[in-house]
This record gives sequence, C-alpha cells and structure tokens, in this order.
Amino acid sequence: MIRAFRILAANPLSMVGVILVALVVLAAIFAPWIAPFPTHNGSVVDFAFANRAPSARNWMGTDLVGRDIFSRILYAYQISLVLGVVVLAIAAPVGTIFGLLAGYLGGWTESILMRIVDVFLSIPPLVLAIAMMGVLEPTLTNAMLAVTVMWWPWYARLVYAIARSEREEGYVLAAEVIGAPTSHIAFREILPNCLPAIITKMTLDMGFVIIIASSLSFLGLGVQPPTPDLGSMVAEGARYLPDSWWLTVFPGLAILIAVFGFNLMGDGLREVLGVDE
Amino acid sequence: MSTLLDIKDLHLGFKGLSGLNKVLHGISLSIEQGERVALVGESGSGKSVTARIVLGLLQETRSARISGEVTFDGNDITAMRPKMRASLRGTDMSMIFQDPTSSLNPSFTIGRQFAEVLRRRDVSLSDQDCTERATKMLEEVSIPDPVRVLNAYAFQLSGGMNQRVMIAMALANRPKLLLADEPGTALDVSVQAQTLSLMRNLVADHGTAVLFISHNLGVVREFADRVYVIYRGNIVEDGPTQALFSNPRHAYTRALMSAVPRITGAGLPEVPEVSEDFLAPQISHGSTI
Amino acid sequence: MSLLSLKHLTKTFESAAGPVHAVRDVSLDVAQGECLAIVGESGSGKTTLANMILGILGQTSGEVIFNGSLLSAKRTPDQRRNIQLVQQNPLSSLNPKRSVGASVRLGLDTYRIGEKAERWQTVENALEAVGLPAEMRKRAPAALSGGQRQRVGIARALACEPELLVLDEPTSALDVLVQARVLRLLNELRAERGLTYVFITHDLAVVRNIADRVAVFQNGQLVESGTTEQIFTQPKDKYTRNLIGAVPVVDLDEMALRDKLAETT
Repeated sequence: MIRAFRILAANPLSMVGVILVALVVLAAIFAPWIAPFPTHNGSVVDFAFANRAPSARNWMGTDLVGRDIFSRILYAYQISLVLGVVVLAIAAPVGTIFGLLAGYLGGWTESILMRIVDVFLSIPPLVLAIAMMGVLEPTLTNAMLAVTVMWWPWYARLVYAIARSEREEGYVLAAEVIGAPTSHIAFREILPNCLPAIITKMTLDMGFVIIIASSLSFLGLGVQPPTPDLGSMVAEGARYLPDSWWLTVFPGLAILIAVFGFNLMGDGLREVLGVDE
Repeated sequence: MSTLLDIKDLHLGFKGLSGLNKVLHGISLSIEQGERVALVGESGSGKSVTARIVLGLLQETRSARISGEVTFDGNDITAMRPKMRASLRGTDMSMIFQDPTSSLNPSFTIGRQFAEVLRRRDVSLSDQDCTERATKMLEEVSIPDPVRVLNAYAFQLSGGMNQRVMIAMALANRPKLLLADEPGTALDVSVQAQTLSLMRNLVADHGTAVLFISHNLGVVREFADRVYVIYRGNIVEDGPTQALFSNPRHAYTRALMSAVPRITGAGLPEVPEVSEDFLAPQISHGSTI
Repeated sequence: MSLLSLKHLTKTFESAAGPVHAVRDVSLDVAQGECLAIVGESGSGKTTLANMILGILGQTSGEVIFNGSLLSAKRTPDQRRNIQLVQQNPLSSLNPKRSVGASVRLGLDTYRIGEKAERWQTVENALEAVGLPAEMRKRAPAALSGGQRQRVGIARALACEPELLVLDEPTSALDVLVQARVLRLLNELRAERGLTYVFITHDLAVVRNIADRVAVFQNGQLVESGTTEQIFTQPKDKYTRNLIGAVPVVDLDEMALRDKLAETT
C-alpha cells in the first residue's frame, strides 16, 4: 500500500485526479447536507430570484425558474455517479465473462462469443444509445440500460486479449497438468491477472460514462426534468449564452472536473497496478 | 603492449523510490590491446551493467549514479560528451549480445543493416562498396552463400547463422574492443562450440581485444586469456586463465568451480548458495607478463 | 515391469511448409525409480515427447503405457495425478497473482488429499521438504529468487504425490550455484520418495551426474540409448560423440575424456 501511495505521489497529476474524484464523490454523497438549497433538486420554483448571476446568496447563480445552480449540480453529481456505477457494475462483469471464456477456451466458444461481441461493437456507440432511447421511455433506468448495452463489449475485448495471452503462460500449463478444473483455471488463475486492467478501465470509464449520459440528456433522451442532470442543464442554458453564461458554464465545468478527475486517477492507477499499454 | 581499457574503482547505483540501490562497489579491471578478458559472474553480479558503462549506454539513464574512471584508448569515457561516446560505438567499440535473432532488426535485410554499420565508420561508402565489404566479412565468418544471406531477413536464418552475422557486423569496422555478452548462450551446444572457435580465431587475426561476459566457466576457460570473477558488484578474484582455473583461491571462485557438473561424472558436491566467505577481499593471481 | 512405456510413438504436425515430423517412431521404457535423461538439441522433439507423456498433446500414432495401462487422450484423475511436471521457467510457471502457498496447494485441493483443515500444514511441510521456510507460503512469487521459485515448482508437483515426474530443463534458467543445490535436492527427493524421473535437458554435464540411463534424440528420432556410463565412455553413434565433444569443459580430466572420444571417431 505504501508503495502504491509513493507511485501515485511521484506523479502529481494523478494526485490531482484522486483529489478531484474525492471532491466529486463527497459532493454527491453529502449533497443533502452541503447544498444551500436542498429542495431545489425538485419541482420548486422561485421566480423572485430567477436567472440571477452568481452572488453571495447563490454562488453559481440561479436558473430560469429560480433554482440554485450550485445545489442542483451537487444533486446532479449523485445522478451521474449512480449511473456510472450501475452501468459499470453490470457491463464489466458481463463483458469479462464473455472475454474470459472466449480467451481461455478457444475453439467454438471463442468464435461464437467474440462474433456476438463484434456485432455489438460494429454499431457506433452513441447511435445505439440514441436508437434505444428513441424506442424506450426516457428515464434514468432506461438511460442506464442503453449505456450498459453499448459498453459491455469493450470489456469483453479487453479481457479476451489478456486471457488469450495468459493462457500461454507457465502457470496455466501447470494447472492443466495438475488437472485443475476449467472453472478454476479461468476464474481463479487467469481472472486475477486481468483485474488490474479491468479496474483501471472502470476508473477511466467513469468519466466517459458521465459524458455519454450527459450527451444523451443534452439531446433530451436521458433523464427528464425536474431531475437535475448536468447534460440537461447545459442544454437548457445553451440558448441563453452569452448573457446568462452561468447557466451553461458551471454545469459544463462540473462535467469537466468529474471527467478529468477520473481520467487522471485512472492513469495513476494504471501505473500503480502495473498495467501494460 | 599498451592498456586499451582501464577501469578504476567504478561505482554504480540506481536511484529508486526507496533510495540508492548500489550495484557496483568499486570494481577495477584492465584490458591490453588484443587481449581476451572474461568477466565471470552469476545474475545480479553487475557484469552486464559494467559492459554497458564501457559502451557509454548507462550514462544516459537518469536514475544511474556512476563514479570512477573508465579510460578507453587514453580517453576518459565518463567525462566525454554523449555525442563523442556515441561515435565510439560501432566503430572502435562494438558489442554482440546473447540472442542473435532478436538483436537484428526484423524489418531490414541483413545487407541493409550491414551497410548501416559500415557507414558509421565511413559515411561516404557507396552501396556497392558496402556489399563488397559485407561479403568479405561474411566469408571470414565461414558463411558459404554470402549473397543469399545479405538479401535475407534475420527470421529466415538459423540462430547459428545469425550469430555469425552478428560477429561479422561487430568486427566489420575493425573495432579495437569487442564486448560479448553471453554470446552463444541461446544456441545449441554444438553450434556454440563452432561459433566460439570462430570468434577466437577472428579476434586473434584482427588483433581485437575482447571483454567477454559469461556465467559459463567452460566457455570462459576455452576463450579467455585472463579472467575476472565478479560477485555482487565486487571483483573477488582475477588472474590468467590457466592460473585461476588450476588454483582458484577465493571462496566464491572455488564454489563456482565445484558447482559446475563435470562430464566425467564426478558427482554433485555440496555447495553453499551464499556464504560469508564470498565477501572476502579480492585475490589476485598477477598478470601474464 | 516398466513404469512408463512408449511404443512407436509418433507426432506429426501440419504446417504451411508441409508435415513436420516432430517425433518419429520412438520406443522407450522407463523403469520404476530410475532417472532417464532425454538429451537433444533444439528441434530434437524432446519437448513434444514430454507433452505426450504428460497428456497435454495427443500422439499421431503409437502408445503411451503407464503402470500397465494404456493412456488415452482423456486421462483418468489418477493417471493425471501420477504424472507431474517441473517446468524450465521459474518466473512464468507461478501465477504472479497468487501466493506461493496457493500454487502449491492446488494439487491437494484438486485431488482432495488430506483433510481440508490440514492442507495449509501440508503445504508448509512441502515447502520445508524442498528447503524453503514454511512462512514463505504467504509470499508472492515476485518476492522470491529464481532458485526459490523453482523449488516451489518442485513442491507443487510433489504435492500431488505423483509416481513419475517429468522435468523439462528444470535447472537451465538457474545460476551455477543455485543449479548445483537444486540438482542435489532433486536427487535426494528421488531417493527418499522412490520417484521416477524423466529428465529433459540439453546439458550433458548435468546428465552425467544425475541420470541412470540416457536417451539421445536428434530430429525427432531416438539415436542412441543406454546407461549413463555406456553413453559417456563408449558412445556408439557419431552424433552422440559430437554432442559430448562440444561441451565446454572446465578441468583436465574432462579434457582427457573429450580427447579420448575424439580419437575413436
């Protein structure tokens, strides 16, 4: 652990990443207590303070119906992180199992599984998500479903490549000669060697999932009002640039901080966990 | 006979996350013109990094901390500018490595690589000149069909063939010093024997001095005039090959000698893997003169 | 009766350049308790032969008979357990993400050897039997030296309690002093436990000091076989003689032996 910390510390950028991620996560968890206007994440209106520039009362200004933008950003972080975690919690294991079995077992299993993966990969990701959302009702759950469906094949590819190369290693041969069952070799021998890459990818992916989800809501296909969402907030405010700049700039910065943070942290993790490029 | 390579009190350490990791603790060795000297040790002894320092390769590494004198042909290598050091490589000093096939560039033909090597010494050489000289060198290493080899790629040739090609390229510019890092280890025994005998004759013909790095005592005995034994960054024993092999005095050298299995079937003696005695001070058998 | 019998074993691979005859019509017997060395240079077919003995590779034709039973492509658990492997590369042969103890324990769990609660103790005993401290079972392979890792590999193979051990260049990747210790260890273990070894190597000097019988291979064929004494003092085949003659030697007695062999060519 100490060594891990030393490596992270030696690279100042990854430390920045860790701090940013920590801020985002803490903001999301403690939103109800930190937010100056905790009710503003719902259908509250306060026209007396509508469309105000940043002030002492509202640090990031208010939106068109008078809600505090800073508070809404904190709650929006909750949505983004939940979405990211749920998507990855499903996509990563599903993809991993496909890739692991295809990579180790080879033969027909490999052909069939990887062909399925290829089919999903051949559709441009955002197009797939948009198409799905066009058919389904635009809710948070459906948005998560759409993003998960387009995300899992990348994990399959990653783990497939690693499993294929690990299967040539001496320890796999040793386990085979000993006569260990296939499930043991796949899940207890090979999988642990795939974990560093999987964990690194999941960290980096958090940032990308947030962007994709924001893009979907920007297009009106994701989370619907009044639920606060960074992408929708940017979309709403876009029309009012450059006069009411705070409507777009602060949600935009919030996205940037989250994505940047996860990216830098992911790079740092890559070094700590010793993942090859 | 004048001293070609003189290493005095060479120290090497690598700066890491947890401090300075010392690899060489002040080694000294010298090679005369035309002399064949072996540096024998196990892995982690520091023998390979010594060669890299002589070649000027390690000085570029940021984490390396080097002190001591390394004098080649009268010039101090460590004090030299990187460009000067680089110009010595491939011309006055050359090196051959353990695995010939992977040391050769897979994307270029042998002939093309040869031309690159020859042009380090003389940029003005024409393609025809290069081919002529390369062919001559390949004949010197007893390659029967030089034209075919020059047009081939490394992966198309056998390990033994590639080893000869590497020797030919290393000697093409008539270097004063050849560094050989475990040459032939990746080859079959019979091929290794042929290659070594070839190398021995060639360096004798050209008067090239050799720093031969190895862990294989048998190969060292057959090839070297003088031997330095290195253990954990210290030279523990040195002397003319004959003298050292017939009467090894340092505990580590004696351990090495008795650990090598003999084809006469003398058995497997009990040998310590580590011992306090291995850290005893250096024993010198004097020089050949 | 031999413990292991190979009868007309052949393996041919299909390649783009035509069929590759990796092993051609090899017949060999290995007696219980002996150490048979399989010697050859690269391309001699010795690794392919080992893989067929281990059951990782099926033969094109011929039979592998162990303890009187014919071994088929699908081995019974007992057959598999009785023939184990020690590999050449100590680093790659241990899973970097599992503790040393977990690797050694694999055989115990697979074959349900002993009570579950006692298996860690068995692992510790196995490590001590190869000269390693019991505490080492918790460490990662990366923290061990090459020699220590190789000993772990030996402990892992022996944990299955096999009758036959196939050793594929077990000391070739080790330093001189470490090799000497590991060879002695292998000798001692064989004597103590009545094991049978098929010892594959290119190193003739090692063969001379560890094997009872020697089988010399070239290009997939068995060139010559006999007792160690016979092969080294009166080799019949020119290839064998050349092989012995090419070994770089260290002392005067060896040089005398080499010269003597060269004379009789």
